[in-house]
Amino acid sequence: MSMMYVAPEQQMKDRADFARKGIARGRSVVVIRYQEGICLVAENRSQSLHKVSEIYDRIGFAAVGRYNEFENLRIAGIRHADLRGYSYDRQDVSGRGLANAYAQLLGTIFSAGGEKPYEVELVVAEVGLSTDSDEIYRLTYDGSVVDEDRFAVIGGQTEAISAVLAADFTEGASLTEAVQLAVKGLRAAPGGADEIAVGALEVAVLDRSRAQARKFRRIGADELRQLLDTA
Amino acid sequence: MVSDAGLPPQFLRAGSSSFTEFLASVRPELLPKDRDADLSHLAPHGTTIVAATFDGGVVMAGDRRATMGNLIAQRDIQKVYPSDEYSLVGIAGAAGIAVEMVRLFRVELEHYEKVEGAPLSLDGKANRLAGMIRQNLPMAMQGLAVVPLFAGWDTAAQHGRIISYDATGGRYEESSFHSVGSGSVFARGALKKLYRPGMTAEQAAMAVVQALYDAADDDSATGGPDLTRKIFPIVMIAGPDGVDQFDEAEIAAMMDDVIAGRMNRPDGPEAGLR
Repeated sequence: MSMMYVAPEQQMKDRADFARKGIARGRSVVVIRYQEGICLVAENRSQSLHKVSEIYDRIGFAAVGRYNEFENLRIAGIRHADLRGYSYDRQDVSGRGLANAYAQLLGTIFSAGGEKPYEVELVVAEVGLSTDSDEIYRLTYDGSVVDEDRFAVIGGQTEAISAVLAADFTEGASLTEAVQLAVKGLRAAPGGADEIAVGALEVAVLDRSRAQARKFRRIGADELRQLLDTA
Repeated sequence: MVSDAGLPPQFLRAGSSSFTEFLASVRPELLPKDRDADLSHLAPHGTTIVAATFDGGVVMAGDRRATMGNLIAQRDIQKVYPSDEYSLVGIAGAAGIAVEMVRLFRVELEHYEKVEGAPLSLDGKANRLAGMIRQNLPMAMQGLAVVPLFAGWDTAAQHGRIISYDATGGRYEESSFHSVGSGSVFARGALKKLYRPGMTAEQAAMAVVQALYDAADDDSATGGPDLTRKIFPIVMIAGPDGVDQFDEAEIAAMMDDVIAGRMNRPDGPEAGLR
């Protein structure tokens, strides 16, 4: 077999196309701010294979793409946070630090010649003491980080969903409004269902009003039904 | 090859859900264990912890004193901690090592819960704690033993449970109440007379507070209520709704009751002869 010269630009483009294709196959995830924190909403039929999860006291994680890859990243993130919090202090664990670590890793894998890039997109969200200090970082397969102001959409059909969210987003929305808007956004995805059953949604919040140090809380089917019913 | 930029390769390696094992492989120096010399005369010791089950949970209380030989090292040390949402751990023995052990234990439980997406069973938690005590055995032999008392709400069995340990990590299930630490003999004697099955949370809390008073009465290393400084025992419960702590005002009111009662009868409530 003869080796062919491939220009670096072409190589990067091929790798990006490859990663994008993998990501586009999956359903999207919406991470959106509301008055009391940050809400993470995923279209996910599995009850046990999570797309959104807890990393640390104030930090949540959402991902789309290849399950084994983002699961690996999720566990690495928990290890990163727990190790830092144990060796220093719980308040020294930040979402920005974790987003940086993920960015480094994804960027290195993307540009390293030997292996295939990760087919994942991630969100690292950190709830602050007030709405001003909430942080949402969106990370793409090539390690670039976007600091999102109001919401983040990851997955295949982000444009359509983002358009819906951008049109209807209001500052200081209640959890009910945020969840309903997120679901409305997910429904707007091309080829998406008109109705998404409660069982096909995975919803969690980083709730700053929670008394416990751990602000991450999953929203069960009953509570979710109530949130969606008040429309 | 995965580069070590950002997240080191060990972070991505498949492994168990145990934070302690992960820590031992990447940063073993952070594990709470011995350095070298005999420090027993330097380290403050925590004293008495009491726990009792009741209908709908388990209550645990600890006095606030740490001693160093005949000195009082600290008057307001916290020796009862929530280890996670449904369990409590109280510490007696070398305070520094014990507090550090509790810190690691809490991360251990939380780490497992986050990685696995489900909490450990109460037995699983109790066994992990036993393992940590066992690792401290070399220190225990130098006079720095840590003897925790573990209690929690068993979400599967739906009742409160108490588990005690010895310095070698031996694990023992206690049926209704237990006490550890220097004043434990007196506290357990008092609880034996005060405890009865089917108590409410408030009654159980009163029983353990009375038992601590009796421990402080006869053991110089156990601190009694400090009325001038308003330092009272820490009392926590674990039940189906999770861990809850009696706030200071509640404990102060309870303490007033105890002291008022003891003005008439200094030895505390009277148990029937038959």
